[in-house]
Amino acid sequence: MIALLLEPFGYQYMVKAIVVSALVGGVCAFLSCYLMLKGWSLMGDALAHAIVPGVALAYLLKVPYAAGAFFSGLLAALAMALVRIRTQLREDAVIGIVFTSFFAIGLLIVSINPTSVNVQSIVLGNILGISDEDVLQVTIIAGVSLALLLLRWRDLLLVFFDENQARAVGLSPTRMKILFFVLLAACTVAALQTVGACLVIAMVVTPGATAYLLTDRFGRLIIIAVALGVATSAVGAYASYFLDGATGGLIVVLQTLLFLLAYVFAPKHGRLAARRAARAVSEPAS
Amino acid sequence: MTVPQHGRAMTPSIVVEGLTVRYNNGVTAVDEASFSLGAGTICALVGINGSGKSTLFKTLMGFLKPAKGSVSICGLPVRAALKAGLVAYVPQAEEVDWSFPVLVNDVVMMGRYGHMGLLRIAGKADREAAEQALARVGMLDFRRRQIGELSGGQRKRVFLARALAQGGQVILLDEPFTGVDVKTEDQIVDLMRELRAEGRLMLVSTHNLGSIPEFCDQVVIINKRILAAGPTETTFTQENLQLAFSGALRHFRLEGAALHDDADDRRVTVITDDERPLVLYGQRDRERLAAGERGAGPAASPGADRDREPAPDAGRGETR
Repeated sequence: MIALLLEPFGYQYMVKAIVVSALVGGVCAFLSCYLMLKGWSLMGDALAHAIVPGVALAYLLKVPYAAGAFFSGLLAALAMALVRIRTQLREDAVIGIVFTSFFAIGLLIVSINPTSVNVQSIVLGNILGISDEDVLQVTIIAGVSLALLLLRWRDLLLVFFDENQARAVGLSPTRMKILFFVLLAACTVAALQTVGACLVIAMVVTPGATAYLLTDRFGRLIIIAVALGVATSAVGAYASYFLDGATGGLIVVLQTLLFLLAYVFAPKHGRLAARRAARAVSEPAS
Repeated sequence: MTVPQHGRAMTPSIVVEGLTVRYNNGVTAVDEASFSLGAGTICALVGINGSGKSTLFKTLMGFLKPAKGSVSICGLPVRAALKAGLVAYVPQAEEVDWSFPVLVNDVVMMGRYGHMGLLRIAGKADREAAEQALARVGMLDFRRRQIGELSGGQRKRVFLARALAQGGQVILLDEPFTGVDVKTEDQIVDLMRELRAEGRLMLVSTHNLGSIPEFCDQVVIINKRILAAGPTETTFTQENLQLAFSGALRHFRLEGAALHDDADDRRVTVITDDERPLVLYGQRDRERLAAGERGAGPAASPGADRDREPAPDAGRGETR
């Protein structure tokens, strides 16, 4: 039995997948703490879809996929800003139009050049088949992002909580926001490999949302979210060996399960706690 | 204007000269505004909604750039004054996301960021400053609470504590009395008087006209242009207020004949901009303003019994 459970560790590709997934899951979870507090969750989704054509083109032209992804993410952000300024459309409509257009272009490129890259590996991720080159790229992206976040997490919190105060202590909110979105774009690119374009959104929202139900302190929120991100990603990658299923799907299902558990059982902000509190109010001193 | 000199390296001051601020859509929000304020001052900023009060605040906070003219704070350009941590800001309640997972102590610590290193790790001095500031506003016992669990008045006091912890010499307060009960209002006013005695400069944007003569020694009345600026006794007059609000104010006048049967032709004027009304009676307006008496008796003041505080036990769950 134990031999069977240890079996995945005997394969180098499995070890690689587990370690890379955990790293990416952790950094994405870190970012999720900020994203979900600001109501910007859909921005992550839009970004993930918008980088697909960049990835497809990068594979086609044999350049590092991260460069292509980053470039097309930037292009999408510019397109969104432009449409937003020049029209009276609401933000969600603009985001919707731009990211679906980019996604469609990406799919088209892939389908016209079927040999260059498998559609499935972009949309659903393919961590088990990740190349050494990509491992290096993902590790560098995630490592640098993590270092920057660890250095500046308090400043980012201040900018997200109270821009005026950020200014009052001499920070530039615009610069901090640019830093955040660059990190988000970079981590989205990294996560594309593990869970694919469709499920990146879960990686940058669910861990933070789950942790939010469990604590009132931002420092702990980050720790809980990162722990959840690392654990679900590693376990998801590991379990996909036995279930022979898509790693991305497994990771996100695990994250959702933990979210549901927190939603019901969280000591202060869960449903059961809310019901207990309501009962305590309706029957005082019984 | 009297400018009491304190032995500080940075004497608090705000000097606005010929300031014009335009938004991207071409709307001019502040037009050729000039005024100056010195140390040991509480100045009220009065005007209708859209008169440029918040634009002026945003310019003082460096969020908007002047199209023309200049602003200097403590003798420095805005950006340098902000970098030096000289300007503290107490936001309106609506500007804050109360469901944010931060504790009272975390918020006050945010005032200390300018004093900390790049990693913003709190040292002993920072912890002491935060503790003192919380003690001063009477919120030390609440330091481990999530901010959404506080009442309206408590929330205000936490943000005041943050301004204190920061050590800002110039403090901008945006509607500090909105959604606050009378007791808290008095506490805030007392605290502001103490800060004035320490030589700090406070600029208060408020709709609470009735309380202005009580604690503000300077008034700036704005409607895109500066309509009047100067000491409260000479500036906060019926004529100037009518100029500022022209119809936007609730304005009641009871003529002498309606009040009594004799030949006395003095009349009662009640001016209110949503909050505590300003009550003026006959020729004594000026004296009353000058003496800094309470503007309104309890009967005339609907503000006296308002209490918009949420229940003290309202937790994060309810504010979301």
